[in-house]
This record gives sequence, C-alpha cells and structure tokens, in this order.
Amino acid sequence: MFRPMPRASGYFHTSYAQDLALLQTRTERISLLAFAVVLVALPFIASPFLLDLACQVFLASIGALSLMLLTGYAGQISLGHAGLIAAGAFTTGILAREIHAPFWLTLPASALTGVVLGLIFGLPSLRLRGLYLAVSTLALHFIVIYLGGEYETKRGFSTGIVIDPPAIGGFRLSDGRAWYFVLLGFAVASLLICINLLRSRSGRAWRALHARETVAEALGISIAGYKLLAFVISSSMTSVAGCLFAYYRGFVSIEAFDLFLSIQYVAMIIIGGMGSLLGALLGAAFVTIFPYVIESLIKLLPNVHKLAGDIFAVNYASFGVVMILFLVLEPLGLIGIWHRLQNYFLLWPFKQRPLASARK
Amino acid sequence: MQLLVNIVVLASIYALIACGYVMIYRVSRVLNLAHGELMMLGAYLLLATASLFSGHAAMALGAAVVLSVVVGLLVYVFLMRKMTGEMVLAAILTTVALGILIRGLVVLLWSAQQQYPAQALGVPNPSLVIGNARISLWSAVLVLTNAAVYGGLFAFLRFGRWGIRMRAAGQNPLLAAQRGIRLHSVYALAWSLSTLTGALAGILMALDSGLTTSLPVIGLKAFPAALVGGLDSLAGALVGALIVAAAEVLLIYYVDPLLSDVVPFLVLIAVLIVRPWGLFGSREELDRV
Repeated sequence: MFRPMPRASGYFHTSYAQDLALLQTRTERISLLAFAVVLVALPFIASPFLLDLACQVFLASIGALSLMLLTGYAGQISLGHAGLIAAGAFTTGILAREIHAPFWLTLPASALTGVVLGLIFGLPSLRLRGLYLAVSTLALHFIVIYLGGEYETKRGFSTGIVIDPPAIGGFRLSDGRAWYFVLLGFAVASLLICINLLRSRSGRAWRALHARETVAEALGISIAGYKLLAFVISSSMTSVAGCLFAYYRGFVSIEAFDLFLSIQYVAMIIIGGMGSLLGALLGAAFVTIFPYVIESLIKLLPNVHKLAGDIFAVNYASFGVVMILFLVLEPLGLIGIWHRLQNYFLLWPFKQRPLASARK
Repeated sequence: MQLLVNIVVLASIYALIACGYVMIYRVSRVLNLAHGELMMLGAYLLLATASLFSGHAAMALGAAVVLSVVVGLLVYVFLMRKMTGEMVLAAILTTVALGILIRGLVVLLWSAQQQYPAQALGVPNPSLVIGNARISLWSAVLVLTNAAVYGGLFAFLRFGRWGIRMRAAGQNPLLAAQRGIRLHSVYALAWSLSTLTGALAGILMALDSGLTTSLPVIGLKAFPAALVGGLDSLAGALVGALIVAAAEVLLIYYVDPLLSDVVPFLVLIAVLIVRPWGLFGSREELDRV
C-alpha cells in the first residue's frame, strides 16, 4: 500500500520556508493526511474498549516521547520516570482534592512540579554519568513515591484519591470520545514540541553532548545548562502526562506508580528504538497493547479457567521475555525493523543490498 | 542492646546481598538489577527441594544452594554472555528484564501467597537471648554465614588462583585476556558466586520470616549498601551495609516506621552527591562506566 520513498530525489529548496517545512514531499503529505483521517474517524467506529486502549497509547506516547528526548537524544539515562508521572498525578490529585482546583490550574501546576523535579533529578547528572546517573534517578523515584504514600496515609486517603472529571467552560470531560480527542491533541502537541526542539539549537546541543561531552564543551555548548534543560523539559512533559492520567482514570493511588512502570517506559524506548521519535511512538503502542494481546491469546487456549488467576503473572513473564528478545536480537528496536522494510522496498521490485551503516 | 542486635542482623542481610552486586560489577562492570529476583528464586528453590527431600533438611538446603549456583551459571551462559561489550544501559536493562521474567515465573509456579519453608523443612526457629536482647536462630545463622562468606571471598580473591584471575579481569579485561585468562569462564564464575551468596541470603531470610514475592524489594534496598561502600570494593560493601542498616534502624526507631523503604535511597543520594565512587571505590570508575 505505502511505498516508502526517499524524502526527495534532490535538493530543490529555494526559500527558508521550504527548508523549514515539516513535510517536504507530496507522499509525506498524502500519507500523513490519510493517517490523520484514520485517527479522526477511529472513535466513531471503534468499540469503547478500543477507544480506551487508544487513549492509553496516547498517554504512554507523551511519556515515551519525553523519555526519548532525555535518554535517546541527550543521552541521560533515567530510571525514575514513574516518579515524575506520579508527581504530576499527585499534584493534580492534591490540588483537586484540597482546594477544588479546576483543570486549567492543575495542568500548569503539574507542569511546574515537573520543572522543579526536573531540576532536582537533573542535578546529579552534572556530576554523574551512565550507571551512577541511572541509580540516582532510581533513588529519586523511591523518594517521590514515599512522599506520595506519606500524603495518602497522613490525610487518610490510604486507598487513593478520587478526582472529579475536569470541566472546561461548563463542558464536563467524561465521555470516552471527548477524552480521545483531548489526549490525541496532547500527544500530537508533545510530538510537535519534540520535533521542533530536536531540529533547533537545543536538539543539536543535546546530540553533541550525547556523542562526547568534552568536544561539545569545546564547541561552546554549556553542558550543565543543556543537561538541566533536557531534564526540565522532559520531566515537565511527563508530569503533564501524569496530570492527564489522573483525570483520565479519575483516581490517583501510589500503587500505580511502582518501579515496573519506570521499566515499562524504558522498555518502550528500547523496544521502539533509541534515538527516534517514531520509535518512541511505536514502542509506546507496543508496550501498552502487549498485555491485552497476551490476555486474548491466553483466552484462546483450552482450559482457560485454570489459568485465569495467573494472567498477571503470565503477562509479567512474557513481558520480560519480549524485552530480553529485543535487547539481544534487535537492539535497534522496532524502528530498525521499519528501516529495513523501507530499504527493502526502496527499489522494489529490484533487490537492493542495504547499506547497514548508511542508515543510522 | 536490642537496637544494636537489629542493626547487626540487618547489616548482615544487606552485606550478604550487596557482595553479589559487588562481585559482578567488579569483574564485568555490569550492574545486576535482577539480583533481588535471583535471591528470591534461591529461596523458592529451597521450597521445591524441601518437598522433594522431605525430612532431610540438610540435603534440601544443599540441593537448593547447588541449584541456585547452576541458575547463576545458566543466566550468564544463555543471557549475559551475549551482552558482553554492549551499552551499559542495554546490559542493565537485560538484567531488569530477567528480573521481571523470574518474578512472573515464580508467581506462576509457586503462587504469590506467603510460604514458610521452615515449616516445610520441619526446622524450628527459636529465639536466642543474648544479654537483654533477643535474636532468632536463623538470624544468628545469617550473621555467622555472612562472616564466613566474607572471610571466604577475601581469602579467595587474595590467594585463590581463580580469585586472582577475577581481579585481573576486573582491572583490565584486554590485558587479562592476553595473558591467557578465559574471560568468559571468569565472568561465569562471578555470576555463579554472586547468585550463590544471594541465594544464601534469600534462603536464610525465608527460613527466618517466611517467603513472599516481595523479597526482591530487600534485594533492591541492599544495592545502596554496595554503592555507598564503592561498587568495586568488598570491604566497602561490608561498611556500606553497616552504615545503611544503622541509618535505617535508627530512623525507623526514632522518627517514622514508614521511612523504612526510603532510608537506603536517601543515604545513596547523599553519597552520590558527596562521593559518587563510594567510600572505598576507585575514582576512575566514574569515567569508564
């Protein structure tokens, strides 16, 4: 159906505006339009279950995109992503519960919490690298979770905080279809933010300091500044995702933000493919849909009732297996497979020997 | 006095687990985040052998320990061997994925309910009185085992032929390989030793206070102990475990019991800010990672 094309067969730009355009060829415009039509039409034909799944994918993509920005491009490993989502969700929950703050107040407040936490999470990165940085973000995750749990028990919400659906100008957002479009809007917005950040000065700086810090510094890039910037932007986006998550679920509880969630987010960018925004989206979709696929596969088996109690464990184990398979057999992730497919069809029906090193 | 005993017991638990992190990190520069799960697996293996050799407690214990060494070996041969030379993040995540896999399998095979291997083995757990403090029998055994393990490891690394090879491989893998040291064997040995000590810790804890699938949390809490002392220093792990355990016990006692899960990580952050390479670690580690 789609025949992926090289972006253009030459360089024909005559103005800066053409150079800056996000979509440069007609194929890109048409395929994006088709995709957009599908996305807009989906809620009118899909079942509520599918709609919920799509919403979860959008929420996960916001988180995955922001983690990709931080880890895939700026090269700063973070194992504390769930802590940031929890921070956004709890800011929302606490504000909505304590002072009945409306949606337009809790969202910026969550983003602000994200900024502050991003600074705190980012500070160790000025001194630490690689493994040690990962460990320090892991520790911060536990501290954020502890603070949330402390709030829950001290205020007597030990089972969680219930939040009313957000109201924007008299319109209450509780319908699944409305949620779909809101979350789609946020996901598209964060994708655009990421694309534009990455092709501007900050994105180039992040890639430089990812490749080699010393050289980046010699080129006049402020290492500390850009590292902190990466953390701040990434964590404020993540906190916004947390805020949306809280409203979408209508319920905040600390149990939802365990270490496994952090690992899932890291798995998204690994399975999707490092250093690619499309990879983050693919990974988010894959990891979100995966448990449902496993569940429906289990239901196909004979004696289901026997396994019914163990679905969670089967999910857990098979998630581990899939992660291992990707890490060992396909380190480039889904995006690597996608590029191979593209290469294969590039000169179709003729065969082309793929240049492994040219595509990276 | 009771506080002191509590600190010593907790420190022994942390130290016994932490030395597993240190062994693997020191030799192959891989952080094994599945250590807690491997430890839990060791304890569940005891449960399996207990029903197999019912009535022969010593035999069941021995079989569980041997099995867990085999598990460590298999993990290296079939999984971590393939990650040699990959990115740090990829290697860490492989261990994380392994941990998830083990957790899922354990729940599938043994269910998530609390189990009591001590009852299955038919061994009692009386509490002993030292001065005016009490300590359970298996906690005391754990403290002694910890001392024995550390003594053994120090001697092994200092004088043993394979111990010296392990140190060499840790210092400079390339040079070590050129001197004819088989790196894969050394790494495999490190993995099996690490799971051995981890399984010992898991088994003794399970005998003391029962076994649930939340055991890996303790494994993760022991990691700060390894890092506080310096990830490549065995003596450091001992000191680090003592510091973390003392901080935890005292803060729980005097401030707030809810703090229990965060104290090790608070200590960890404090150390990372002041002295990231740990108390006894070597400084150049930081750039090599």
